[in-house]
Amino acid sequence: MGQETLIEAIRAKLGDAVERVADSFGDPVLILRPAAVRAAMAALREPPFDYAVLLDLTCVDFAASEGRFELVYHLFSLGRNVRLRLKASLAAADPAVETLVGLWKNAEWLEREVFDMFGVRFEGHPYLRRILTYEGFEGHALRKSYPWRLAQPRIPLKDDV
Amino acid sequence: MSGIDFVTTRLETAIGWGRKFSLFHYPFITACCGMEYMSTACAHFDIDRFGAGLTRFSPRQADLLLVVGTITHKLAPVLKTVYDQMLEPKWVIAFGACTVSGGIYQNYAVVQGIDRIIPVDIYIPGCPPRPEMVLDGLLKLQDKIQHQKQDWRWARKP
Repeated sequence: MGQETLIEAIRAKLGDAVERVADSFGDPVLILRPAAVRAAMAALREPPFDYAVLLDLTCVDFAASEGRFELVYHLFSLGRNVRLRLKASLAAADPAVETLVGLWKNAEWLEREVFDMFGVRFEGHPYLRRILTYEGFEGHALRKSYPWRLAQPRIPLKDDV
Repeated sequence: MSGIDFVTTRLETAIGWGRKFSLFHYPFITACCGMEYMSTACAHFDIDRFGAGLTRFSPRQADLLLVVGTITHKLAPVLKTVYDQMLEPKWVIAFGACTVSGGIYQNYAVVQGIDRIIPVDIYIPGCPPRPEMVLDGLLKLQDKIQHQKQDWRWARKP
């Protein structure tokens, strides 16, 4: 399947879930509507697209932009040996999206990491709690609004010598 | 100098000599500096030549704590507990830039130097330090142990 035909096939399958198709150094990037992420992923996982592996799920904070939190999904098809990148922008106030845990098991920890670092809520996640930082950590460390270098020690520290 | 002072001084020297050549170390290894620790500890550089070859994996049996690698705020209570579990006399070596000062990491996660958690005797900088630097640090620690006031059961307290 060539790239143009692939994109056409995906658009035909997903309908208005795809907002637009961007280009990144020759590779297509699908921008999804946040509400349609889960359904789109479920469709892409099945033949003929066959993206069986969720390679990565992360987030970018564009502090000044309208859609502040941009989720980035990377899918990989074992059968066709191709990758696909998808994005979805979430609003600054209470960013939330549907979980992918029912589709890919590894989404559980990836989503927990995005929740921990960016405060994005994944609806339907079975165990959404912090994974990198500790209990009692306040705020989300990779948000642009998080104070620069603010540490939250768990035990009393001696002051700078 | 009275006779008893002379005996005490010689005894202090003997205890210092014994302690500096029988360091049982506990490796608290969290990051890439561990590779340098391994080559220092193994046959190429061989800290056993300096009497520090016996690695103990229980802090209760160790008297030298080697803190090797980045210490995060998440890990800080663990390091404190390990230090507290060690018996006196005990010494600490901060191994590598991260343990000395936080190294390249100045952010929300990393402790800016382990001397903010526990007392440190010898700082070995470098990212990571060469084994030669580690041996140099070990020799400096031995020198420190030899010349410090020895704490032993019937030692006269000031």
